Amino acid sequence: MSETVEAALALLIVVPFLGATLPLVLGLVRDSVGWAVAAAVLVVEAGLAARGGYTPPRGGRVGPGLGGGACWRGDAALSSGESTEGFAVGIELVGDPFSGVLVLLVAGVSLGVLAFARQSGPRSNAFYSGYLLLTGALMGVALTGDLFNLFVFLEISGLTTYALVASGRSPTAAVAALKYLVVGTTGASMYLVGIGYIFVETGSLNMVDVSRILAGETAFLDEGLYTDPLVVAAFGFVAVGLVTKAAIFPLHTWQPDAYAEAPDTVTVYISALASTAAAYALARVTWFVFTPAFFDAGAANRRVLEFLLVLAAASVVAGSALAAVQPRIKRMFAYSSVAQFGLIVIGIGVAVHPAAGEQATTFAVYGVGIHLVGHAVIKSGLFATAGALAAATGARRVSEYAGLARRRPVLAGGMAVLGFALVGVPPTVGFIGKWYVALGAVEAGHWPLVTVIFVSTVLSLLYIAQIIERLYFAGVDVSPDPAGTGTGSPGETGEAVAADGGAGATAVATGEASLSVGMIALAVVAAVLAVVLGFTGSELSAWLDPVAAAVADAAPEVTA
Amino acid sequence: MIGALADSYTYVLFAILMVVGLYMVAASANLVKKVVGLNMFQTGIFLFFVTTAYVDNGSSPVIPAEAAAGDRYASPLPQVIVLTAIVVGVALTAVSLALIVRIYDEYGTLDEATLREVRTDE
Repeated sequence: MSETVEAALALLIVVPFLGATLPLVLGLVRDSVGWAVAAAVLVVEAGLAARGGYTPPRGGRVGPGLGGGACWRGDAALSSGESTEGFAVGIELVGDPFSGVLVLLVAGVSLGVLAFARQSGPRSNAFYSGYLLLTGALMGVALTGDLFNLFVFLEISGLTTYALVASGRSPTAAVAALKYLVVGTTGASMYLVGIGYIFVETGSLNMVDVSRILAGETAFLDEGLYTDPLVVAAFGFVAVGLVTKAAIFPLHTWQPDAYAEAPDTVTVYISALASTAAAYALARVTWFVFTPAFFDAGAANRRVLEFLLVLAAASVVAGSALAAVQPRIKRMFAYSSVAQFGLIVIGIGVAVHPAAGEQATTFAVYGVGIHLVGHAVIKSGLFATAGALAAATGARRVSEYAGLARRRPVLAGGMAVLGFALVGVPPTVGFIGKWYVALGAVEAGHWPLVTVIFVSTVLSLLYIAQIIERLYFAGVDVSPDPAGTGTGSPGETGEAVAADGGAGATAVATGEASLSVGMIALAVVAAVLAVVLGFTGSELSAWLDPVAAAVADAAPEVTA
Repeated sequence: MIGALADSYTYVLFAILMVVGLYMVAASANLVKKVVGLNMFQTGIFLFFVTTAYVDNGSSPVIPAEAAAGDRYASPLPQVIVLTAIVVGVALTAVSLALIVRIYDEYGTLDEATLREVRTDE
């Protein structure tokens, strides 16, 4: 790994953070400079993300670092005569194929959503500062190799997300943001308690070092610490904290409100990345810090994992069922995310379950990696399509979608393709992700989980079919004139517009269609990507191969 | 029993603060009290970290030039962690209070139940 690649890892985090100050500073000179600045910064960011090698070094034990300059790893004698045994000093950044997946995803989605934001707003410079801060924080979550640093980045991303959710004009957004803040902070604090327990037990915060110490691979330990009650409790706290952030039932309550009340741009962005980052963090900690060996070490360890799997399965069923009964589109997609992340957590758990052989672990890792990307593309595409349809026609409820396919064929087509991808119809990316997770569960012999996955497919078909039926086959029972919808059903539309406020309300008030080429483009690109990625299943799984091998070996890090 | 409690009362305090804070977050209908509960929860965690850093007869971890092997120093890392976590906590409190001000401006109430009623009336 060359020095430029190492520098790129640190710059991936630093560039958006520094860039976040620019919209505010330049805003003093010129108004509405935010979008241009954000676009410039994110183009640089995408370039950096593409440059990263994502093959870890670890030969000389020197990784790039944050805060204290380079992270220092080496053997040195302490004044007390003990050896440091190659433990890390400083905060390490990890660029491996797994973090690479998230880095590329964050860079791509951030740039893509900008195209949507151009017209859809919010247009204030402060919004773009928050947007860049969130990008930087998500990069930090992806790249950090330090448990406490992960907490800090999770909280930065959380804080900016709360602010962005509330950036719409409507007061309901503030209520949703506060709810998100209270639940999200509680979750993050739970994670911090878990980190505290780990730190007390191991004396380290570096993920690789903690993993080695827990496994007992150090001179000062005779055996591993896996059965220590404090370590088991630590996993419980960490898992509950991250599961809250990833919106798994029954800790998902913040998520539908936040997604439904946030401005459309923000919904598109956070639906793709906020929960994804938390699920990624859960996967990284579960797979590489605790490793499969931890879950095999005792009855209690195994039970904690199985409890997590039960929650995930409940999340799949409850999320799908709740989605099917929602009248409002954004809320429906939000609940569907609860189900999809249930699926991802099932994959995370199956990969490290003692019953999983090497084959099952490999499939589950593929499933988690691919579905993280696939869900981000599909769900942001669906929200973008819903936002564009709302901007063009004012329709925000399933009932208002009647016959829209005739008026907006491109957007309706995009929504149909993305909808089928969400259900998991081949050859889309949604199919491969689900397929691998299911295959992992089959290989490991978790038949109840397999049943849940297939039932969830039927349930998701239920709500997607509703939308498609409305779009294509419903008679035009709503007047085709957008202004006419208001008079046709004053209660419904009026409420929807008032609740959504922001772009929708201004568009209706001024009578100006706020649909832009960028919005349609994002919807179409997402739909195309969902299909194209579906054909690259073998490339994606080859990319994730080193990750799967490391998990199967219970290794603390991914090696090339 | 008494001896153990005297030695580790801060851990007990940590557990109490954490649970009381969490209870306030869940049970209090007042939004400001929820935030206070959140702060209490976090303060409990800070106390936990600071307690782990404590070393009997340890001095502050500024190592003098004539340091000898085996000198006792308090662990600096948990204190740094707490410092960072306090900053994060303050930022969270600021954002939540800003949101609460906005909610109060709009609905004229801080009570969760009333808020729900006002919103369903709309």
